[in-house]
Amino acid sequence: MILATAALPTSFTPIAALAGGGLIGAAILVLFLTLGRIAGVSGIVAMALRPAAPTGERDWRAAFLFGLVAGPLLASALLGKPLVEPSPTSAALLIVAGLAVGIGTGLANGCTSGHGVCGVSRLSPRSLAATAVFMVFGFLSASVLRHLLPA
Amino acid sequence: MNLTKIAAGLASGLLFGAGLAVAGMTNPNKILNFLDVRGAWDPSLAVVMAVAVPVSALAFRIGRRRARPLLAPSFVLPGRMRVNPALLIGSALFGLGWGLGGYCPGPAVASLSRPSLSLLGFLMAMGLGLLLSSAFRRRSVHDGPATEAAREPSRR
Repeated sequence: MILATAALPTSFTPIAALAGGGLIGAAILVLFLTLGRIAGVSGIVAMALRPAAPTGERDWRAAFLFGLVAGPLLASALLGKPLVEPSPTSAALLIVAGLAVGIGTGLANGCTSGHGVCGVSRLSPRSLAATAVFMVFGFLSASVLRHLLPA
Repeated sequence: MNLTKIAAGLASGLLFGAGLAVAGMTNPNKILNFLDVRGAWDPSLAVVMAVAVPVSALAFRIGRRRARPLLAPSFVLPGRMRVNPALLIGSALFGLGWGLGGYCPGPAVASLSRPSLSLLGFLMAMGLGLLLSSAFRRRSVHDGPATEAAREPSRR
């Protein structure tokens, strides 16, 4: 059955958001000042997936992705509580969502990290436009579409 | 295999992953409660971006004053400047998917320490989508994300 269940209630956590946002900013800073690259996850995943890409392009990306997975584990261990939670959306709809996110970020050449944070911070017109659009459609999708699906 | 480059990639990834988790961004419910303006609204994501953007801006400011990054020959920035249909259509589609599952690429990958069939389904579909769109973009006039990333920087 294709269902989208309601999201579990969550509370506004400004301090955690501040701390986390700072760490994300630091990650972007490290990558840019060491390797001169933009920390856009969709681009990093896309390039890492291509067997034809040269090893010099794939090595640091693979290491980044490994860190991306290990980071939450470390944070959870340090804070003494689980931080990764599952999506309330059904498995079938998550496949649809995955396709949309994959095709969408591929066409747009960026996502929330690449366009939304890095691009916006550089005042890139492309990123400002992309971010405005994906935010609007994100709000639309969650506020309207999700409520139209059987739950 | 350049170990310092790998170490740099790893360090950035760890910070990014930890940041996402600490901020609660690896909980899709928090994302959905932000994007869903009906009901109990959770503005946490707005705070995350409000902090990450200025720190990121600082990174680019510092970079602009340097001739080259510490471990690579040059800064690599997107060469493309114009807003085109692919950008807008892609962003719309991405937004739709994001609001459906509560996942965007970073948090989805970062959630792999707690694997599930659902998450793997999302990630595989996302990977497929990325490959499909890359192939499409390579066939059109513009360069694909791979060549774009490897291109010489056009500006800081």
